[in-house]
Amino acid sequence: MKILYFSWLKEKVGKSLEEIEKPNEVHSIKDLIEFLENSSANHQNAFKHLKSIKVAVNKEFADFETLINEKDEIAFFPPVTGG
Amino acid sequence: MKLPFSLLLQVVKVIVRVQKESFILQNEIDNLKSICKEIPGALVSFVGYVRDFSNNKKISSLTIEHYPGMTEKMLTDISRNATQKWPLLGTLIIHRFGTLNVNDQIVLVAAASLHRKAAFEATEFMMDYLKTSAPFWKSERVNKDNIWVDAKLDDELAKDRWE
Repeated sequence: MKILYFSWLKEKVGKSLEEIEKPNEVHSIKDLIEFLENSSANHQNAFKHLKSIKVAVNKEFADFETLINEKDEIAFFPPVTGG
Repeated sequence: MKLPFSLLLQVVKVIVRVQKESFILQNEIDNLKSICKEIPGALVSFVGYVRDFSNNKKISSLTIEHYPGMTEKMLTDISRNATQKWPLLGTLIIHRFGTLNVNDQIVLVAAASLHRKAAFEATEFMMDYLKTSAPFWKSERVNKDNIWVDAKLDDELAKDRWE
């Protein structure tokens, strides 16, 4: 699966994109966050403020309960501030 | 109810552009007018500019990041929703990304209709939704620091009143 980060999440994680094979225990966004948090200190630090993090699956807004699969593009970002 | 994209395209034209370059308001308005299938009696446009102060801090520049693909998709959805809510002849959204200077144009939102009320309301609706659901993030340069702008509760409330 493809994982994208934007804004300060990208800075905290230290990259804008990573591709991983979906671990068997990951079914939902919530599971994925838990997996990522365990993958590095940077990830753990980035996901500390969960209330300020939005998620999109295949370019559609989703939530932490959304189920995901191997082919999905998942993006994590703070609340948007355009306009 | 969601109409098929192809059908809507025939009914009301929706223009969405995400670009680095600036835009010339008059050209864009003329273009929007030219794609309307009837002469719009009313065309409302909103232009957003880079402010020089934010929270009493002097800003030297603004950098806008976005999520390519999702941005266009969200802006198109917002435009289509506006065309379903009001009797519009056409809509236009242009949003810039990259580094902009103080006083530069950031965004242009416009709606054309036979009468002004629909055009005014649709423009405000599109702007309110753009603010809260189009994946753009602003970073302000203050002194020598780049500071990510926080989302505002007011913007969320402005959007909610349309629901």
